[in-house]
Amino acid sequence: MDLPVWQALRAELAPHGLEVVTVALDIDPERARPWIERAQPQHPSLIDSAHVLDEVLGVVNVPNGIWIDEDGMIVRPAEPAFPERPAGTVSGPRPASAAPVPDLSDHQRAVLAEARKIRVEREKYTAALRDWVAHGAASRFVLGPDEVIERSRPRGVEQATAAAHFEIGQHLHRSGDAAAAIAHFRQAHRLDPDNWTYKRQAWILVHPEQGPTEHYDSDWLRDVQRLGAERYYPPLQMPE
Amino acid sequence: MLLTSLTVDLPALAARTGWEMKPEGACKGDVCVPLAGTDPTNARALAARLGMPLVEDAAHGLWALGPEVGGRALTTARAPEIALPNLEGQPFHLSSLHGRKVLLVAWASW
Repeated sequence: MDLPVWQALRAELAPHGLEVVTVALDIDPERARPWIERAQPQHPSLIDSAHVLDEVLGVVNVPNGIWIDEDGMIVRPAEPAFPERPAGTVSGPRPASAAPVPDLSDHQRAVLAEARKIRVEREKYTAALRDWVAHGAASRFVLGPDEVIERSRPRGVEQATAAAHFEIGQHLHRSGDAAAAIAHFRQAHRLDPDNWTYKRQAWILVHPEQGPTEHYDSDWLRDVQRLGAERYYPPLQMPE
Repeated sequence: MLLTSLTVDLPALAARTGWEMKPEGACKGDVCVPLAGTDPTNARALAARLGMPLVEDAAHGLWALGPEVGGRALTTARAPEIALPNLEGQPFHLSSLHGRKVLLVAWASW
């Protein structure tokens, strides 16, 4: 989890006019609490139990970042957002000489194998963010209003109906009717299979590793393998 | 937007979806849809007028209005007013950061 890294980046860039707002897409805020309390963020740290950001900003996976300028205009819509980690904390493939990781199940090994294939563009994203903070509207990473809209997620009847099902599902879950919630989450998954927040959120509520259960027809590993891990996050569409 | 009856609370609609009732009709950002006799507090009529799905869960007495269909998730580049609580339940308004650059980061514990 990158909350402490976002906080370090915020400390660097806040004197130059940037505020960071982190929003946890968590039906149960108590699951986010330990992460937030450990990071002790100096910036606003909010909870989005209903995944409102999906609906109003087109977020479909996390982490995602949205840039908003001083006038309240979005200058980059939702896209994968990973912060550059300070030197020494970068995790990479384990050297072959390392001792084998003990006690992993076959499922866990398969998840790790897929996770290692996922595209994560930390340096590129962070360099672009620094450029925007330094140069504002003149930054080559700033998009015009038409392009911001065009790059946001298409919304057909399926996506819009999925959002409504997710809304009922999260409400039922938080009201203590987890079984009734599942029916709505299943509908949301069926209608909007590209939305990973609807899926991952629902899977984690019934399986600690988002693994297969009788409740859902899909799980993280199966869906990532079906899609191809390298397509899990779209590449950043940014000038070099 | 979650509903516990088919009567829409208009201030709640504006806060959650950005759709506000004005003399020219239902408006969101620069877009206005004439109501043409539609009662905006009637969920079915409003959903039909604005092209929103209305999902019903009769067993639990719940409905949800999805976002308007068509186009993109963003209908304008102006950031929507987003008001979300912190861990203590205190609401924070994104618009309170007007005048600063904002990086909004969506993350999750899962």
